[in-house]
Amino acid sequence: MTLMNKNRTSGRTVGGLRTLSLQAPAVTLLLLWMIVPLAMTIWFSFQRYNLLMPGMTGFAGVENYEYLLTDPALWSAMGTTLLLVGWVLVITVVGGTLLAVLFQQEFLGRGIARVLAISPFFVMPTVSALVWKNMMMHPANGVLAWLAESLGLPALDWFSSLPLTSIIIIVSWQWLPFALLILLTAMQSLDDDQVEAARMDGAGPLAIFFYITLPHLKRAISVVVMIEMIFLLTIFAEIFVTTSGGPGLATTNLAYLIYIRALLDFDVGTASAGGVIAIILANIVAIFLVRMVAKNLEQ
Amino acid sequence: MTTSPSTASAIRSAPAAAERGAAAQRAQRWRKLGITLLGWGVALTIFFPIFWMILTGFKTEAEAIADPSLIFTPTLDSYVEVQERADYIKFAWNSVVVSFGSTLLALLIAIPSAYAMAFLPTKRTKGTLLWMLSTKMLPSVGVLVPIYLLFRDIGLLDTRLGLTIVYTLMNLPIVVWMLYTFFKDLPKDILEAGRMDGAGTLQEVWYLLLPLTLPGIASTGLLSVILSWNEAFWSLNLTTSQAAPLTAYIASFSSPEGLFWAKLSAASTMAIAPILIFGWLTQKQMVRGLTFGAVK
Repeated sequence: MTLMNKNRTSGRTVGGLRTLSLQAPAVTLLLLWMIVPLAMTIWFSFQRYNLLMPGMTGFAGVENYEYLLTDPALWSAMGTTLLLVGWVLVITVVGGTLLAVLFQQEFLGRGIARVLAISPFFVMPTVSALVWKNMMMHPANGVLAWLAESLGLPALDWFSSLPLTSIIIIVSWQWLPFALLILLTAMQSLDDDQVEAARMDGAGPLAIFFYITLPHLKRAISVVVMIEMIFLLTIFAEIFVTTSGGPGLATTNLAYLIYIRALLDFDVGTASAGGVIAIILANIVAIFLVRMVAKNLEQ
Repeated sequence: MTTSPSTASAIRSAPAAAERGAAAQRAQRWRKLGITLLGWGVALTIFFPIFWMILTGFKTEAEAIADPSLIFTPTLDSYVEVQERADYIKFAWNSVVVSFGSTLLALLIAIPSAYAMAFLPTKRTKGTLLWMLSTKMLPSVGVLVPIYLLFRDIGLLDTRLGLTIVYTLMNLPIVVWMLYTFFKDLPKDILEAGRMDGAGTLQEVWYLLLPLTLPGIASTGLLSVILSWNEAFWSLNLTTSQAAPLTAYIASFSSPEGLFWAKLSAASTMAIAPILIFGWLTQKQMVRGLTFGAVK
């Protein structure tokens, strides 16, 4: 695409030449950043390449893929990835929509309440994961354990009895504010007159929500879903500092599996095959997002 | 309209209407109180872990693991101890250098590009913009292996320069996009007038474009700083000790023997405070950048 761009513009006006020279640094760097590692990942995925076995190299054909696809760990990681992405999406989109409606109402100190509610999104992942792990979910000294005991319930050892649920809670806590932030912004462009007119015609709050607010938010919701999906497919830090993928493979998602294969087992070939699978998954989502943004550019 | 009969009857029974109005007003007031309580309840619940972390930073280690309590004598011991450990300063400095360095670099590369797209558009501009967006869709984990090996071979592993390069390229598409949307909003006549007066491209950018779009450039820069500061995939995988930023430092508290909650809290509070404030200041513009202009 970019090469065609160069050919077409360079032969024309001075403006075209200027455009080319101004864009060259950004375009060249991004092209390198994308093509080189991508090509290497694909190349490695067909190679026999293990850093611990330097003698064993050469073309492996689809061996790495075969090995990976018959490895139960991959399917378990895929399942974990889907569960993690799916649940976080449901929680953040439904929760974010409801919260956006709530924070759109006028009330005393709304500005400060909004700022507090979107704050977790700005907290670095390692901090939020450790605060939840140590201070909220700790089975002996955590706030949740204390709450449960005050209510006369047994304290829960979150990370050993409900490992994936715990990760889902932490990740949702980080991404709910993102959904809220985007949906609240979208909500501000909702036509007040339309809502007022509907109210005059006797529409209740529920009818207004389902027939006016929700359709208005449809586009913003789909943007939230796609952007979250791309980030959530490769959640890493939260797993790294809390469960390290365990117990067993309970919280190992695709990203963490590739990390284990590459940097702990030094199996470059298999890790790269895993990388290719991750890229394919992300691109299925990305196509829709790019299309939607493209439509917006035309307007 | 169909309301006229009821209006007529309302005029006839004015006292009853006043009664009804007062009742409605009371209901309205209760509704408002309910929403206020709910809104604040939800906001405080979501914020609670951060609040608790800030609070724990002012406790002693013994108080930190005792039963949750709001009553204690605040102490700065943990802050002092964390500061005294020379390595905290090193990690914090790495974070500052890498996130601000990569942001400056990204702005330098992106400004000419966004300028060209906004003011000298060609048929391919839209395609180029979308292609830039699509590079963000390449999951980091998919290219971890080659980047790791390349960095190992050219000696960029565990260096601030290496991390700066990765962050610059990681944020470049978002920075170009945000700048493009800000530049596009600028009336073309202003630059036109400058050109009439004989300003070259460089002068035009330096004396007209940059001062006029400074708020937009600032919020773009802040977003880039936020994203780099909080990034925790590349920093955990490409650094070990020399160039490790705060994300990696905090991760070192995850070991079971490292259960110093008060110190973890103090270090975390310092690590997130500047970014939290940046985030609050730029939330509106962030939406623009994070959604590539799809939500306004």
